[in-house]
Amino acid sequence: MDPALKIVIVDENPLRAAILADGLAEAGYTRVIRIEKTLNLLARIYEIDPDVILIDLENPSRDVLAQMFQMSRAVRRPVAMFVDQSDAAAIEAAVDAGVSAYIVDGLKKERIKSILDLCVSRFNAFARLQEELERTRTELSERKVIDRAKGILMKVRKISEADAYALLRKTAMNENKRLGEVAQSVVTAAELLK
Amino acid sequence: MTGDRLRIGFIPLVDAAALMVAVDKGFAAQQGLAVDLVREVSWSNVRDKLNIGLFDAAHLLAPVAIASSLGIGHIKVPIITPFVLGLNGNAITVSPKLYAALVDAADGDLTDPRVSARALARVIADRRRRRVEPLIFGMTFPFSTHNYQLRFWMAAGGVDPDEDVRLVVLPPPYMVESLANAQVDGFCVGAPWNSVAVDHGVGLILHFGCDVLAYAPEKSLAVRAAWANEHGEALQRLLRALDRATAFVNDPARLDEVAALLSAPDRVGVAPEMIRSTLQGRLSVAPDGSVREAKDYLLIGRDGAARPQQIHAAWLYAQMVRWGQTEPSAELLAAAKASFRPDLYVEALGTNAKAAQLPDDGVGAFTGEQFDADNIFGRAALSTLQRRQS
Repeated sequence: MDPALKIVIVDENPLRAAILADGLAEAGYTRVIRIEKTLNLLARIYEIDPDVILIDLENPSRDVLAQMFQMSRAVRRPVAMFVDQSDAAAIEAAVDAGVSAYIVDGLKKERIKSILDLCVSRFNAFARLQEELERTRTELSERKVIDRAKGILMKVRKISEADAYALLRKTAMNENKRLGEVAQSVVTAAELLK
Repeated sequence: MTGDRLRIGFIPLVDAAALMVAVDKGFAAQQGLAVDLVREVSWSNVRDKLNIGLFDAAHLLAPVAIASSLGIGHIKVPIITPFVLGLNGNAITVSPKLYAALVDAADGDLTDPRVSARALARVIADRRRRRVEPLIFGMTFPFSTHNYQLRFWMAAGGVDPDEDVRLVVLPPPYMVESLANAQVDGFCVGAPWNSVAVDHGVGLILHFGCDVLAYAPEKSLAVRAAWANEHGEALQRLLRALDRATAFVNDPARLDEVAALLSAPDRVGVAPEMIRSTLQGRLSVAPDGSVREAKDYLLIGRDGAARPQQIHAAWLYAQMVRWGQTEPSAELLAAAKASFRPDLYVEALGTNAKAAQLPDDGVGAFTGEQFDADNIFGRAALSTLQRRQS
């Protein structure tokens, strides 16, 4: 752990970048700079002159960083991707989580191993958060559809709310479908028959 | 026949057509393969996911496949090329301003790359005298035919691409925007991005890639050598599916169907007209609507173009040496050549296997010394790198 390291995070997703920056701050890394816009990326990075660069894999600008491996005069300090040939699991975990790390100018790999581990766990946490959000959204919209379907059944078949719900459930079970799907077909059918 | 499931990564470019058609027209399924095509946003991603086994195969820049096998610039993972998805297909596009300067400096027909390269040298000399910032050119990856084509062309005019201009990597979708807001003066990129720049009135196509190199090895079907050993039979079936797909792509009666299929948002995702003109090699080259046609603009398996040619691997390795990406080594040269596998291509396709009639130097370069794949060191191929003494 080396709080003096200057770390750049390249991520167009501000929320994920913030989650990662928070994690790094908690771990004691205070020199963390976020880049959201990738226009002129190389010039920005040279200006900042970081020791470590973290970039998300959804970012097409990852290829721009590949240029920094070159020994040409346009490149001031050569950069290497964090690849530990002895530890394939680490790189797999990173790619799987959707992040990749680059280290500058012969920095010892051990010094950034903990940063990469932190990245992986924060990226995974973010992915879980998004999944949950997505699920909540789906559930919410499904509940609305179920309520509408119940209303339609109550009106057309003149039954109670509890009976309407029971009818939907029974149909779903018989047809081996999700409750939301059956409710959706009721709503669609009602609209067609209007 | 077992029902093999393959994950194959690709970048949304027209030269991934054989993969898309093999999957979407059922040629892969006919071979008992269930293929998931995964659209990616960077060559680094494609390479890494292939390397660690998240992909079984990939649409990959041919030089990246070789660099990966040799361990240049990245972790060493032996990758082989048993099928070439595309030859050519790139173009060099410049801003209207640079085009006008080249016209003024030209000593002949600017469509001749010898003339345009000399004109570029004069424009650069003039800028230096006036103490104007160097010209900036975009290309797609350090290990790419685009990079080597630009450098080859410039060097022919006496321009040192590492000293006299700036070459920068730009993701293809950002090329047009960068040209429009003058962050670059020109670029070399594959289809459809040159046409997009012309359509937007921000660039003129100066050369088709095939003006510089008539047969440039562009995209590999790349697989890990270890995977090919373990899944030889599945690989053969994949190659047969790709062979059928290239025949489909090259059938003029199927042109509209192929263009429509590739224009889908999860494939290349641009207008079908643009894909059709790319496949026909009929491109608008200037905002005034002038059109150029070259039948070899992009070769997708036509006339044996899909057969891996070891002289192409040698030529690409020679470029890596020429431009200082790696050291000259007989061992690395042999390894580069061995990563191109015409034997697997022939094994899979049998009597269907065709071979393109290549020019003597393998690539049909517009200028320079004859390239000899068996003798690339200490020869003109490398000594053409004469840095200007200043």
